[in-house]
Amino acid sequence: MQPYAGSVTTTSATTGSAGDFDDITSSESSLRRFLHGLPGVDQVGAEARAAGLGTRSIKTTAKNFAIDLAIRMVDLTTLEGQDTPGKVRALASKAMRPDPADATCPRAAAVCVYPDMVATAKQTLGSSGVKVAAVATAFPSGRAALDIKLADTRDAVEAGADEIDMVIDRGAFLSGRYLQVFDEIVAVREACATPDGGSAHLKVIFETGELQTYDNVRRASWLAMMAGAHFIKTSTGKVQPAATLPVTLIMLEAVRDFRDQTGQMIGVKPAGGIRSSKDAIKYLVMVNEIAGPDWLDPDWFRFGASTLLNDLLMQRTKMTTGRYSGPDYFTLD
Amino acid sequence: MVKVPERATAFFEYAPAPESRAIVDIKASYGLFIDGEFVDGHGTSFKTINPASEEVLAEVAEADEADIDLAVRAARRAHTRVWGRMPGSERAKYLFRIARIIQERGRELAVLESIDNGKPIKESRDIDIPVVAAHFFYYAGWADKLSYAGLGTDPKPLGVAGQIIPWNFPLLMLAWKIAPALAAGNTVVLKPAETTPLTALLFAEICQQADLPPGVVNIVTGAGATGRAIVAHPDVDKIAFTGSTDVGKAIARAVAGSKKKVTLELGGKAANIVFDDAPIDQAIEGIVNGIFFNQGHVCCAGSRLLVQESVAEEVLERLKRRMSTLRVGDPLDKNTDVGAINSAEQLAKIRELSDVGEQEGGERWSPACDLPANGFWFPPTLFTGVTQAHRIAREEIFGPVLSVITFRTPAEAVEKANNTPFGLSAGVWTDKGSRILWMANQLRAGVVWANTFNKFDPTAPFGGYKESGYGREGGIPGLATYLKGTG
Repeated sequence: MQPYAGSVTTTSATTGSAGDFDDITSSESSLRRFLHGLPGVDQVGAEARAAGLGTRSIKTTAKNFAIDLAIRMVDLTTLEGQDTPGKVRALASKAMRPDPADATCPRAAAVCVYPDMVATAKQTLGSSGVKVAAVATAFPSGRAALDIKLADTRDAVEAGADEIDMVIDRGAFLSGRYLQVFDEIVAVREACATPDGGSAHLKVIFETGELQTYDNVRRASWLAMMAGAHFIKTSTGKVQPAATLPVTLIMLEAVRDFRDQTGQMIGVKPAGGIRSSKDAIKYLVMVNEIAGPDWLDPDWFRFGASTLLNDLLMQRTKMTTGRYSGPDYFTLD
Repeated sequence: MVKVPERATAFFEYAPAPESRAIVDIKASYGLFIDGEFVDGHGTSFKTINPASEEVLAEVAEADEADIDLAVRAARRAHTRVWGRMPGSERAKYLFRIARIIQERGRELAVLESIDNGKPIKESRDIDIPVVAAHFFYYAGWADKLSYAGLGTDPKPLGVAGQIIPWNFPLLMLAWKIAPALAAGNTVVLKPAETTPLTALLFAEICQQADLPPGVVNIVTGAGATGRAIVAHPDVDKIAFTGSTDVGKAIARAVAGSKKKVTLELGGKAANIVFDDAPIDQAIEGIVNGIFFNQGHVCCAGSRLLVQESVAEEVLERLKRRMSTLRVGDPLDKNTDVGAINSAEQLAKIRELSDVGEQEGGERWSPACDLPANGFWFPPTLFTGVTQAHRIAREEIFGPVLSVITFRTPAEAVEKANNTPFGLSAGVWTDKGSRILWMANQLRAGVVWANTFNKFDPTAPFGGYKESGYGREGGIPGLATYLKGTG
C-alpha cells in the first residue's frame, strides 16, 4: 500500500514541488507580493465559523466512527528532556496496541520523538505500520544555523524516521524574509531524502502561537505548501496557545484551496492542547466540512497529542461496554 | 492482528441527534391571557401546527373585538393603577425576574419555538432565546434610569401599547416589543402570529410565574381580524407592528389622524455587497448566514448578493460548495442548519416567486438535498443571471432564495443596493476600513453590517428606511418610542 497516495508523491524528493511555483518563488519581492495578495482573514468571522462547527452533535454510530478514526490519526508524542529509551519503547508498544484488552482497537498513526530516540522507537515498532516521526531542525525554537538543522534532519532520517517534523524560522517569517523560510523548507525537504531514492515525509510546524494572526497562518500555509511540505502542522506543543480550532480552520482552507489550484493534497496536523475526545471530534467535523471527507484519513490528518489517546480509549470503552472505566485502566504512556 | 478499517472517505455520516421534546408540555387547547388569567375567548379557535410534520399541536382561541376590548381595559387599569405609577426600580425587579426565568426555562422555550416555528434547534437555542433574555436584561436596566437616557428629565410612558408580531422570530419579536414597553412604564396587548402562538403563551405563564401584576401583559391570539381590532381600539396609545409592508401600510392608514403613535418594522430586500478585497471565506459564511439563517424568514435577510465582477466566479464556486454542506431537515436535530418553512402559505409564495425567477431567465441552483416527505420544505437556492429588473431581485421572498447580481465599481454597488423600495439592512464585505465607512454613508438602510451579517444586540437600534418602516427598536431609540414626546 502506498501510504501517501496523492499526487504529492509525483514530485521528486530532491527538488521539492517548487517547480510549479517558480514565478512566485523566484525572488523575495514576488513571493511577498503573492503571500500578501492572498485574501485576508476576518478574525471574528473565522472564530465564529470554528465555534459554529464546534456545536455539531456527534452521537452513537457517528461517535464510534469518529473515535476510531481519531485513534488512527494520533501521533503519539513524547518530547521531553527526561525521555528514556524505556518510555519510548512503552509509547511505541502503546501505539501498536492502544487497548491491549481489545483487539478491535485500531493502532495509532505514529510515535513522535526527538531524533536520538528514533532508533529505539523503530526497533520496537518494526514493520507494524506505525510510523516514527522525529522533530528536527533545532526543535522547538528553530534557532540554529541551517547546516545544523540539516544535519539534525539527516541524522533522524538515517536513524529510520519515516516522518520529519520541522519548525520554521519564525524570526525570519515575522520580519518578512519569506524567501529565507521558503529556501529552508526546500533544503530540509531535500535532507529528508533516503538512500533508496524515497523521502521521509515532511511536516512543517508554524508555531502559530508565535505567528499570532490568521493572515500569517494563511501565508505560512501557502509558503510551506509551495516549498514541498507534505503536512502543515500548527505547533510544537511548547508554546501557548498551541493548536486551536480557528487556526486549524485556516490551515484546512489553505490545503483545500491548494488542491483546487494544483491538484495536490497536503495533510494537516494540529498539535498541542487537544486532550479530550470531544475536542478531537470537533476537529474531525471541521476536517469533514471545510477540507472535505478526502482528508478524513491518517494520511491527511493527524493529531499531535499524548493525553488525547487515553481519553479516546476511555470513550471507546464506554461506547462498547456502556460503562466508564477510570484512567487507572489505561497506561500512562 | 489488528484490523485496520479501509479508507475513511465519505463515511462520516452524522447520526441523528434530536433534542428531546419531553421538556415541553403542549396543552390541547389554549385560551387568551387577559388580566393575568387564561380565559376562554368569545370567538372561534384555530389550530397551530408543526411545520416540519404538519402535526396539529394545539387549538388556540381567536380573540374577537370583545376580547380585545377586555384586554385593552385590563391593560389600561394596570397602567393607571399599578404599572404606570410604580417606581422604575420596582418595574426593573419584575423585568430582571422575567429575564432570569427565560434563561432558566431556556431549553423549554427553544424546543417549543422550534416545534411551532420550524427553525433549527441550534438557532432557537443559541440565538433566539439568549437574545430574548438579553433584551429583558438590557431594558430592565433602563427601567429606573429613564431620566438619564437623554430623553428628558422625567419622561412619561405612553399608556397602553398594542403590539402585533410576526412568525419568523416569535419570542424574540415579543421581547423586542414587550421589554422596552414595560421598562418605560407602559402596559401591553400583544398578538403573536397565528402560525406561532405557543411561545407567547408560554411567556404568559412566565409572567404569572414572575408575579407580574395582572393586566401589564396581555396576550391575545388570532389572525388578521384580531390584529385589526387592536389597531382600531380607541383606547390604545401606540401600535407597534413587525410584519409585511402591505399590512404595515394598512395600519398606517388605519391610525392616520388618531392620537396613536406608530412604529413599523416591515419588509426588506437587503444587499449583501462583496468587494474583491473581502475576506472571502468569511464573506461566504456571511452570505450563507445572511440568506439561509432561519430559512431566510428574516426581514433583514441578505437576499440580494451584490458581488464584484472580478471575484464573482470564485465567490459563486465557494458559495455552492458551502451550500452543499448545509443540512436541511428535522428542526429538533442539533445538526440541522436549515429547518422547515413556517407554513404552507409561505411555501407557496416562495415556490411562486422562484418559478417566476426561472421564467424571467434566472438560472436556478440548489445543492442535492433530500427533503422530508411531510411538512413544508424548500432547499437552499440561488439564482444567477439576475438583474435589477427581475421580480426575484425586487420583491421580498422571505425564504431561502438568494439572487446574485454583479457590479464593477463601488458607485455601481451603491446604486444597485439603494435601488429598492426597501431599506432595512445591508452588508459590506471588504478589508478596507475607509470603504466600509464610505459605503455606510451612501447606503440607505437602517442597519449596515460590516464584515458580518444578521448580528442582533439589544443595545443596537434596529429599523428601516422607506418601505421598510419607521421607528427604531433596541437601544435608547427603542426606549424613546415608548415614552411621551420623545419617539
